[in-house]
Amino acid sequence: MRVLLGIARRTGGRLLSSLPALLGVVMLTFLLMRVLPGDPAVFFASGPSAGQEEIEHIRRAMGLDRPMPEQLARYLWDIARGNLGRSLGTGQPVLTDLRQRLPASLELTFCALAIALGLALPLGIAAALRPNSILDHAVRFVCSMGVCVPTFVSGLLLIYVFYYLLGWAPDPTGRIDIFAATPPDMTGFLLLDFAIARDWEGFRAAAAQLVLPAFTMALFVLAPLARMTRASMLAALGSDFVRTARSLGLSRRRVVLTYALRNALLPVLTITGIVFSTMLGANVLVEKVFSWPGVASYALDALLASDYAPVQGFVLLMASIFVLVNLVVDVLYGIADPRASMA
Amino acid sequence: MSGTLGHAAWVLRGNPVTAVAATGATLLVLLAIFAPWIAPYDPIASNVQVALRPPGAAYWAGTDQLGRDIFSRILHAARIDLAIAASAVSLSFLLGAVIGSFCGYAGGRLDRVVGRIVDVLMAFPLFVLAMAMVAALGNRVENIVIATAFINLPFYIRFARAEVNIRRDLGWVEAARACGDGHLSVVLRFLLPNVLPAMAVQISLNLGWAILNAAGLSFIGLGVTAPTPEWGIMVAEGARFITSGQWWLVAAPGLALMLTVLCFNLLGDGLRDILDPRMRT
Repeated sequence: MRVLLGIARRTGGRLLSSLPALLGVVMLTFLLMRVLPGDPAVFFASGPSAGQEEIEHIRRAMGLDRPMPEQLARYLWDIARGNLGRSLGTGQPVLTDLRQRLPASLELTFCALAIALGLALPLGIAAALRPNSILDHAVRFVCSMGVCVPTFVSGLLLIYVFYYLLGWAPDPTGRIDIFAATPPDMTGFLLLDFAIARDWEGFRAAAAQLVLPAFTMALFVLAPLARMTRASMLAALGSDFVRTARSLGLSRRRVVLTYALRNALLPVLTITGIVFSTMLGANVLVEKVFSWPGVASYALDALLASDYAPVQGFVLLMASIFVLVNLVVDVLYGIADPRASMA
Repeated sequence: MSGTLGHAAWVLRGNPVTAVAATGATLLVLLAIFAPWIAPYDPIASNVQVALRPPGAAYWAGTDQLGRDIFSRILHAARIDLAIAASAVSLSFLLGAVIGSFCGYAGGRLDRVVGRIVDVLMAFPLFVLAMAMVAALGNRVENIVIATAFINLPFYIRFARAEVNIRRDLGWVEAARACGDGHLSVVLRFLLPNVLPAMAVQISLNLGWAILNAAGLSFIGLGVTAPTPEWGIMVAEGARFITSGQWWLVAAPGLALMLTVLCFNLLGDGLRDILDPRMRT
């Protein structure tokens, strides 16, 4: 109970202290919007032929003739009500667009994170158990390579090998074959929706589409995770309590997994939070390579078409997710190490 | 001077990986500088008769859809990519060193606020931030440099802050103050020169990252535009041909990117290990 309270207090504190950060991002996007070359009013007007009068009218309607602080206040008020503006490209409110596309991005990112952790933890532990062995050097080599290959190159090469050469992967465009039946829309996460509908055929198809992009992203973040696991495992294995556990004759499995690993997990957790945020950025590239219909590719299309409201909404969404992820990491941190919440 | 070089050679002999990386990085820079004289073909002139040739004796890395020699394009692209990365990193290095040093020296509330901002920025999805910046400032190469410099800035500010913080109350700083040097002079003439060497190691590590970022931005269509040879654009143009089996359009510039980043990363890791063995992981 005390632990839970501690975690709650810590989380609350962190939430409060991350509010300024979020506000900062909002201000930054607002400022970026203001330094934009060109007048938004001209942009929203019917076209180049729009008369001066029409532009003036739109400027007044958009509140662009008001002083800067008032504009900022209006902007904040709009955001607070969930009004992120309208996309010129899709004609829909940005919030609707983002909500439709967010599950695709999250599904990809979470799967990639699961794959990365599933590979990095065993590799890092194995490397730490036998430092300077062949395995250790192999892990180090893979990690050095992993951070050097940009995701857009590794993704394309994976497509070449697994789609063109081997024919194992399906056509690398989108989340699902365009002729395939989509599941009833429950969560927006295709894998979950197929599972709920008990359509295992569809589940396999969706999973097959997901494997290559998820691995592309996982490879990129494998290195920091595996490196940190190895380093903190090494430190934990060399500590006094592990020596004591060993001398008491506990099984190797117990010593490594229960004693060393649990203590080694904290730095890994911190790195996972950072890695998640790099993945949010890498999403842009991976979604483009695999024509993945997520929020990043939506923002990118809008950006290239000089449609700024979706870009702004996207940056804001990323900032919110980023704050949320940090909170989750904090809660997990408290669970993994109760001392952190007591202090 | 020869003493310094001799010492460097002695250090590198004990670190073969770093030596190889240093040689590779030097070679890359030389290739980029002398690209117009080394490249066998014109990087922009198209010749449709030889379009999409696989790598061979005449075209070492094959040709692209317009029949342009990919090897020549890669060499010319190295100039642009290295120039973008180098100018971005030096910009953030200079700014970061100055801002960080002053904050570290001043301490107090200002220092804490800046430190907090930097921490938040460093954990933010920086590529997204760079994208938004280029979108707002305009889709030009200068803005790629500015955006890349901006997302590198937090690392240097943090580094300089920490380094100045541990030195600000040392004897020789006190002595400088006692001799009547103003704060400005103490920071610029005494503290900054002491911090720079340690920070310089960071440059090599950040160069690789900056190159990846710049190439990523141009891959998604920001910054450098089409006929100009640049690694990110070359990969983007080649992407259309990967599903029909023309792998070299992507693999060749991809390999160039990878080797460059690898060289700078290994060099940076090696230099850091030599200067500060405690940081070894």
